Amino acid sequence: MFGYYLHLAWHSLRRNRVLTALMVLAIAVGIGAAMTTFTVLHVLSGDPLPGRSGELYYPQIDPQDARGMMPGPMPPEQVTLIDGMNLLRAKRADRQALMAGGTVPIQPDASSFDPFYVEARYTTADFFAMFGAPFLYGHGWSGADDEAHARDVVITRQLDDKLFSGADSVGRALRIKDTTFRIAGVLDDWHPNPHFYDLTTGAYNYYEQVFLPLQTALELHFDKNGSNDCWGNGTGGMQGGAYPSATCVWLQFWVQLDSPAKAAAYRQFLVRYSEEQKALGRFQRAPNVRLRNLTQWLDYNGVVPGDVRLQAWMAFGFLLVCLVNTVGLMLAKFLRRAGELSVRRALGASRRALFAQLLTESGVIGIAGGSAGLLLALFGLWMVRHRTSDYAALAHLDPAMLLVTFALATGASLLAGVLPAWRACNVAPALQLKSN
Amino acid sequence: MELRPILATLRRHKVILWLLMLEIALSCAIICNGVFLVAQRLQHMDMPSGIAEHELVQIQQAPIAPPSDRYARAQEDLATLRAIPGVQAVGMSNQVPFGGASSNGNVMLSPTQPHRTLSAAEYFGENLVQTLGLRLVAGRDLRPDEYVDADVVIRELASGSGKGFPVPMIVSQALATRLWPQRNPLGRLVWLTPTASFRVVGVVRTLARANAYDTATAQYSMIIPLHMGADKDQSYLLRTRPQDRQRVLAAATAALKRADPTRVVTHARTYDRIRSDYFKDDHATAGMLVSVIVAVLLVTGLGIVGLASFWVAQRRRQIGIRRALGARRADILHYFQTENFLIVTFGIVLGMVLAYGISLFLMMRYELPRLPAGYFPVGALVLWGIGQLAVLGPALRAAAVPPVVATRSV
Repeated sequence: MFGYYLHLAWHSLRRNRVLTALMVLAIAVGIGAAMTTFTVLHVLSGDPLPGRSGELYYPQIDPQDARGMMPGPMPPEQVTLIDGMNLLRAKRADRQALMAGGTVPIQPDASSFDPFYVEARYTTADFFAMFGAPFLYGHGWSGADDEAHARDVVITRQLDDKLFSGADSVGRALRIKDTTFRIAGVLDDWHPNPHFYDLTTGAYNYYEQVFLPLQTALELHFDKNGSNDCWGNGTGGMQGGAYPSATCVWLQFWVQLDSPAKAAAYRQFLVRYSEEQKALGRFQRAPNVRLRNLTQWLDYNGVVPGDVRLQAWMAFGFLLVCLVNTVGLMLAKFLRRAGELSVRRALGASRRALFAQLLTESGVIGIAGGSAGLLLALFGLWMVRHRTSDYAALAHLDPAMLLVTFALATGASLLAGVLPAWRACNVAPALQLKSN
Repeated sequence: MELRPILATLRRHKVILWLLMLEIALSCAIICNGVFLVAQRLQHMDMPSGIAEHELVQIQQAPIAPPSDRYARAQEDLATLRAIPGVQAVGMSNQVPFGGASSNGNVMLSPTQPHRTLSAAEYFGENLVQTLGLRLVAGRDLRPDEYVDADVVIRELASGSGKGFPVPMIVSQALATRLWPQRNPLGRLVWLTPTASFRVVGVVRTLARANAYDTATAQYSMIIPLHMGADKDQSYLLRTRPQDRQRVLAAATAALKRADPTRVVTHARTYDRIRSDYFKDDHATAGMLVSVIVAVLLVTGLGIVGLASFWVAQRRRQIGIRRALGARRADILHYFQTENFLIVTFGIVLGMVLAYGISLFLMMRYELPRLPAGYFPVGALVLWGIGQLAVLGPALRAAAVPPVVATRSV
């Protein structure tokens, strides 16, 4: 029976090509626009570390003076160097890492290469294990290396390809800002998006190429990137080599806590730490702590650009217009065929059969529109990738969104077909036949 | 034109009528809000910087090994750049309007107030008024003897001593008006920390911040006479004739490399590039919104064509009868045009309510201003136009139906 309906639908669609084209086109552009923007939204609001994000937390404490230069009751969004080192050395979490972003000059041995600057992350030993960064060769450095200010560096596969043509470069030397480092490991492709662990350097499509021990970088006065907030007489390292003063927050501190109980205990620890520091006279405010997990941290920072949401809403509105438009056209089309439908009714076809036949026809339109819409979405995403936005390069359709596209297209066109089909199969056959 | 027969007919086609009205209402709501959003973006992208944008180029460089004296190095570099033919002025700055990376200070009107009055951009560097082409509207420019090395200030601040302060500074007019409404700003003091005070010696008409996200505070800027040492965060700014920009950029890059072959020039670009980079997302969003608006109009227009064609085909017989009873072609034409006008009008009324609702939603979600009433007629006019355009074809076809149809069976 379904085959027969398909056959009928095909005939009916061919008979009125302009109208068919209009309906398919309306669904296609609607789906195309909606899927382009939804995919961008989906990619940007994705989980940067699936499976791990629930156990990662971003502690915030409030070391500001009582004058409160920064308004609002929220603690600062980064930590001072002193607090960061204290929390790091306390080792109260399953894993912890203190970090800051920077830029370093790489001086290749080969004289054919000019020195070049790359983004760097100055961090501590647990960084790689905590964030699940995959190693292609070698491994990270140890906590002892941190304290010893080891000249160890982890580079990315991309940099390894550039400097060593992709060979296993572990153990080889790398000159960074006139200092020789030993390559401890090479990271495989690893691109967490958003760049959750430091949103101040760039939220999307921001990748460091070298990772080195924080204390080593500080000792060598490597340049830092990212923001800092100061209070009192603090100055935010206005000049290269000078780091922000003690009354500035400028580092990020992350911890891994494997269970909610541990998270609760850690929060208690943060309160105790704040009280302790207040007793010592370093802190002036009452304990004001937050312990957000990764997802909450991204939400709190509103990391997905508002424009992207706005565009998704606009495209959704447009899809709605397209669907209403299709409902109207389909209704017109089905009602015009009242005569033909009446003949079929008079010859014994049940209402259900007519309904099924008409829905098949709208389903065909939906699938055609969905396929065309998919092509349009691919084209739309290609256009987005050629924008200059930071997130442009991330706009790719994944299998999940592909399925959603088709489900949305067919679902929408079936829904658009229900009302017209129901109206059309409710015509009184005798009346209709007589009037002709 | 008698409206009653039209309304009577429409009452008999309620479902299609409602669908059409719904589509027009949705389109109207999207167009009103869309045009408003686009206008806002364009206005934002048009934000004045206060500087001679088309005459400026920026160079950022970073030495591999820090020079023994960063301040001396900066002065040498500035001298090197000044010697390049075609360069009219050379300056140095820690930030540029719409540059993204910003340096801001908490401004207070007394050293003891508990909370900052506001946050404003801190421009540090050499010869900014002349190089950027800023317009002084009161007071004077900073004098060379007023400049202090940044390190000295940082040291003074860290020690908490107020030695060397107040330091003279220039403020933008927007900042002066905000801090001292309707009073002369010259000679007044502000504090950036409890010990660091600054005296206003000049006012420039406009100078936008590097991170001008919020239009209300985008023009709050201060220029402070600090010598900055050469490092990767400082910009050398060169003023030249617009047609010389590329040549000057190339010559300046080469000259800096000659002076120190180990340094890396990280940025060498025209100011126009900086501006367009800063507003690229607004540009993309505006482009996307315009495409949606055009697409909505197109789909709605084609939808009206489709439904009107259906109506005309369905009423061929009635049209024939009317013609046979003496109606002229123009009557038939006007009938369909009036009908369309009525439907679109109903749709627009519904759409205005919807547009207002969407605007309220956007206000809550995205901190957008309320949709100004002026945008409602825009949507209405556009939709009336599209409706009339779309119905013209089918209406003309209807008018062409010959009276003889009345006598045929189908």
